[in-house]
Amino acid sequence: MDTKIENQKGWLFVLPVLILVAFNAIIPLMTVVNYSVQETFGDNLFFFEGLKWFQQVLASERFHHALGRQLLFTFIILAIEIPLGVAIALAMPRKGGWVSVCLVLMALPLLIPWNVVGAMWNIFALPEIGLLGKTLNEMGIDYNYTREPFAAWITLIAMDVWHWTSLVVLLAYAGLSSIPDAYYQAAKIDGASSWAVFRYIQLPKMRHVLTIAVLLRFMDSFNIYTEPSVLTGGGPGNATTLLSIDLVKVALGQFDLGPAAAMSIIYFLIILLLSWIFYTVMTGKRGEP
Amino acid sequence: MRRFGWLVPTLYILFLLLPIYWLVSMSFKTTNEILGGLTLWPQDFTLENYRKIFTDPTWYNGYINSIIYVTINTVLSVTVALPAAYAFSRYRFIGDKHLFFWLLTNRMAPAAVFALPFFQLYSAIGLFDTHIAVALAHCLFNVPLAVWILEGFMSGVPKELDETAYVDGYGFWRFFGKIFIPTIVAGIGVTAFFCFMFSWVELLLAKTLTSVEAKPIAATMTRTASTSGYELGLLAAAGTLTLIPGAVVIYFVRNYIAKGFALGRV
Repeated sequence: MDTKIENQKGWLFVLPVLILVAFNAIIPLMTVVNYSVQETFGDNLFFFEGLKWFQQVLASERFHHALGRQLLFTFIILAIEIPLGVAIALAMPRKGGWVSVCLVLMALPLLIPWNVVGAMWNIFALPEIGLLGKTLNEMGIDYNYTREPFAAWITLIAMDVWHWTSLVVLLAYAGLSSIPDAYYQAAKIDGASSWAVFRYIQLPKMRHVLTIAVLLRFMDSFNIYTEPSVLTGGGPGNATTLLSIDLVKVALGQFDLGPAAAMSIIYFLIILLLSWIFYTVMTGKRGEP
Repeated sequence: MRRFGWLVPTLYILFLLLPIYWLVSMSFKTTNEILGGLTLWPQDFTLENYRKIFTDPTWYNGYINSIIYVTINTVLSVTVALPAAYAFSRYRFIGDKHLFFWLLTNRMAPAAVFALPFFQLYSAIGLFDTHIAVALAHCLFNVPLAVWILEGFMSGVPKELDETAYVDGYGFWRFFGKIFIPTIVAGIGVTAFFCFMFSWVELLLAKTLTSVEAKPIAATMTRTASTSGYELGLLAAAGTLTLIPGAVVIYFVRNYIAKGFALGRV
């Protein structure tokens, strides 16, 4: 594994990336940190407040609820999209002209601007004129996502599954197609069941891509803002107000920069911590043969 | 069981295409028909919505703006990520692992957190409402991703390739440009695809950093939605047109996606 050459020149190669990302990451982050410890009464007058905002946010029920909704949303998304994506990738043909067609069609939702995705589902699910909403109501199911929290959640999750499962499929499929045919032939000779093939050949080979898939889906679903804000605007009531929607409401709606900044930092730290846990758990086993 | 294997992907693709079909069919309907109730296909076929978009500069400039900043961002991200990914895949240097994880953490930063500071930063340096501003801002999440993907591909290339080239008397940059880059061209294709994709679909930052000159198409759509009431047909037509650049890009990289992924560890 470690055949890398010790070479400090590596830093020179990384320098452009470092400058570009640092410019975009560190300056804005410091701005946020700056706001998070100060109080302002307008006129660009700021007073140092210490950790007051942090204590306020951490104690607020509103933040707890938004965080709870966020965790629930991310958990449901991962629980549906990862197994579904893997199952679809497994069912796809390995070779042939249809593969490209399938992949191109599957990648389509990934390339639609996020607010268009939100708007599309907003209209698609409208109870009066949308295909989905109207059909469900015709079938006798009382469905109105602008009024009922449960329907709003179902719509939100259906939208995200529609939007992002393909990413898992693409990555899992890539992992599967890296398995040489000889492995399958050997398994066949040994009379391995399809479960054994999955458990001992396909799953280990997919570990790396699945790590990427889980991490990307985790980060992006935790950061999700545009789609739900267009679809439901956080409603009905606060039913679908996820963390970032709440954050934007505080920061740009009420212009409470201090609490919003403190919330941003707590939010970022939570993502960082959870990603780190995922990263360590999923890559930790890679050392095994 | 095996014989019905094709059923799963087929059903999934149908599920994917249904909302898209709905959007496209709506773009050919008149507003009256849309609001009048449910029709499965346009009864009163019209191209009026598209005509409006192609004749009104506020509409079609939105597309041009989006394409400009997405292209700048993709080229920039891949260019800076190439040497960095090479360093991560070949060299050991002080702090390399920490640096790699730090880069990834930027992929985790919620755009909502950065919207306001970005606005202040880019206003302060006089880049507000330019294509460059959006292209640079999108580097926040695209550069780490590009490094991550390219590093995977590069690690899949045996180190003997480098060594042989040096023995043959190639200098580093000649080797990098003439031998190494052509070897991982599939990886570059996949990376460019992902950079294009994430920059094309992102709206929150793009909207925050622009007002008139560089306003993205998706932002034009939101504004129209709020000012001119409910012109659903027009919105649907604009939405349909946002699918096209993506579809074109997928078409070009379709072989890389199927084969290219398999090459690297990605």
